[in-house]
Amino acid sequence: MGEPIEKVSIIVSKGSLEGVYPALIMANGARAEGIEANLFFTFFGLDAVHKKRWEHIKVATVGNPGLHLASVAGVLPGVSSVMTHYLESKMEKLDIPSIPEFIEMIADTGAGLYGCKASVDLFGLTKDDLVDQIKDIITVGEFYEMAAGGHIIFT
Amino acid sequence: MPTATYAGTTVEVDDEGFFEDPDEWTEAMAPEIARAEGIDPLTEDHWRVLKFMRAEYADKGTGPTVRVLGKTSGVSVKELYQLFPKGPAKTAAKIAGIPKPRGCI
Repeated sequence: MGEPIEKVSIIVSKGSLEGVYPALIMANGARAEGIEANLFFTFFGLDAVHKKRWEHIKVATVGNPGLHLASVAGVLPGVSSVMTHYLESKMEKLDIPSIPEFIEMIADTGAGLYGCKASVDLFGLTKDDLVDQIKDIITVGEFYEMAAGGHIIFT
Repeated sequence: MPTATYAGTTVEVDDEGFFEDPDEWTEAMAPEIARAEGIDPLTEDHWRVLKFMRAEYADKGTGPTVRVLGKTSGVSVKELYQLFPKGPAKTAAKIAGIPKPRGCI
């Protein structure tokens, strides 16, 4: 066994269900192991911490071969919602929390949640558009300072 | 099989120090295991979590996750991490003499 991991910094860059959940599971799992964890939401990943959007994160049904769904079906109206609903009901049976509940819980574990300044500026957002669990909006330089000495995971 | 000695009794543990047989555990062993985990002293709040862990294990055959602990033990997730900074489910399971909970959430 190598040196134990003591800190992880996780970048969430995608706003799809399958882009967001792995990052949340890794952050929560890190805290459960006593590992320090920070989450940095950038680009479409910001949707996961956007007050009006975090309850509406959907599975990508286009350009997602893992879904085993004909591409032409993926573009039809409502298909993304149906697939999302299907996955969410399966996750509920496995006792996996919804994205808002998961983010609240991760903040309670003491993990730090941050928004990316460049993306917030790009989308014309302010800290008020983001959920209360976001501690601050930081620059990429500040992110690297915070990540120093740990591992960086990009999802 | 590794062993550890708590409160004068030798018990079998796994590579990470979790009890192999939860029936070998006694309350008198808990403070000593806790000290080794950096928790000293064990407060009433710690005991509330430990007793909940034991009861859940006896009932379901596996220790609860942090989420279940936060929802049903009466101790919030925030408080759980204050009580057990190195991971509540894992640390509390070790001190309570039950196997390490396996689960991704």
